[in-house]
Amino acid sequence: MLKIQINKALQGSSGKMDLELDLEIEKHSFVALSGQSGAGKTSLLRILAGLEEAEGEISLGDEVWLSASKVLPVQKRNIGFVFQDYALFDNMSVEENLLYVNKDKELASHLLSLTHLENLKTRNVKGLSGGQKQRVALCRAMMKRPKLLLMDEPLSALDPQMRNKLPTDILKLHKEFETTTLMVSHDPSEIYRLASRVLVVQEGKIINDGSPRDIFLQTQGSQKFSLRGELLDIIKADVIYMGVVAIGAQIVEVVLDEAEAESLTIGQSVQVNTKAFAPSLTPIF
Amino acid sequence: MFFGLDMQPFILSFKLAGMTTLILFLIALPIAWWLSQTRCRCKPFIEAVVALPIVLPPSVLGFYILYALSYNSPLGSFFDEVFGVKLVFNFTGLVIASCFYSFPFMIQPLQSGFESINKNMLEASYIAGKSKLQTLFYIALPNIKPAFLTAVIVTFAHTVGEFGVVLMVGGSIPEETKVASVAIYEAVENLDYAMAHIYSALMVGMSFMVLLGVYTFNRHQGHKLGTA
Repeated sequence: MLKIQINKALQGSSGKMDLELDLEIEKHSFVALSGQSGAGKTSLLRILAGLEEAEGEISLGDEVWLSASKVLPVQKRNIGFVFQDYALFDNMSVEENLLYVNKDKELASHLLSLTHLENLKTRNVKGLSGGQKQRVALCRAMMKRPKLLLMDEPLSALDPQMRNKLPTDILKLHKEFETTTLMVSHDPSEIYRLASRVLVVQEGKIINDGSPRDIFLQTQGSQKFSLRGELLDIIKADVIYMGVVAIGAQIVEVVLDEAEAESLTIGQSVQVNTKAFAPSLTPIF
Repeated sequence: MFFGLDMQPFILSFKLAGMTTLILFLIALPIAWWLSQTRCRCKPFIEAVVALPIVLPPSVLGFYILYALSYNSPLGSFFDEVFGVKLVFNFTGLVIASCFYSFPFMIQPLQSGFESINKNMLEASYIAGKSKLQTLFYIALPNIKPAFLTAVIVTFAHTVGEFGVVLMVGGSIPEETKVASVAIYEAVENLDYAMAHIYSALMVGMSFMVLLGVYTFNRHQGHKLGTA
């Protein structure tokens, strides 16, 4: 069990705020931290890692990492950390990046084969693609066989295809190494695929805590779709108006009446609500 | 002698530059690393002190060093009485003076090199369980090769080229403190323009070769960074 009870004054996106968290995380669980930028998610990861100071208490099992009388230095906390920008050691090859953490060659080659990187092990990390770098970062984080794996938006810098593939690797490692995993992410689909619990952080506090289904599925059970999007344009066509809305990577048109068209502003976030009587799913290749 | 030319001043210049560079590297490395990592409020103060030799006239620096190390000063007399070492008008004095004079040229490239390293890379090393010292030698230094080379070469070249401080602290004692720049000054003073021409041309040629070497290496490193 990971117990966190911390307090720290932070400079947030809208001025000063207090990061005040009191939570418990089950052993071996996969928890996602969601919420707007500047809400304090990354700070929480950094405090857990020992990279930033805070007041309060942190303990993992019977090991105390932070208390009024003790601060366990970052070097002594058994954690793996995956940075958003990979932060690989540029002066080393793929394999050397792993062996720098721990000289266990067997573990390194096991991790590299698990993530299909064994052919690249002698390559310098500077020449790798984003997806390859992120997998090396993931393998490196596992070299200490960490009890706690912390990931700061591990997929945000990747192209959509890679974003689709990498969660499989992350889940594989999480299960095999039985880590307790905390991941900062903004992407509901990523969170849904990986996490069993979501903590929504706002202004340094947890405002929502539940399963991804509870948090993200907005219209449970009803035959209704509610999709969030951005209003890109309002086009007048004879007597009606067409609102052009971007929903994810898709663009749709919605018919509006005059009153609706006048009440909306271009660029606004909107919710598209529709009844769906018999929705069907078709695979896309 | 080299084609009848006294090469002693050049040998002395390069010996002085080599020793100064080595000593300064050992002193500047921990300070540059500390300056790049610290959030201490005293940082601007220390940076200003470090940069002083760049703006001060060499005569001011030379005067203070002479004053501090002379036989009449507490430091000078202490070294003379305890170790039997005189600190001015000999080679030891030149090395000490050069270390002060060239200090910023070693520390500044190293510091800015360390500051340009991705902080997360250093933190990843701490998370891997490595100490600050291990991180410095295995991660930070290998990742600032061009800055490291610039620091070493510029310090070396700057020491070879120094004149004012050397003249004040060392004078012009053959085979002891008469370095190349002082030899050229003396040749001009004695109206021996042929000698001044040869020494000066040698200085220009050697300095150019050193700088060309640095820029070629850095260009090569740049290409490696871009295409590796």
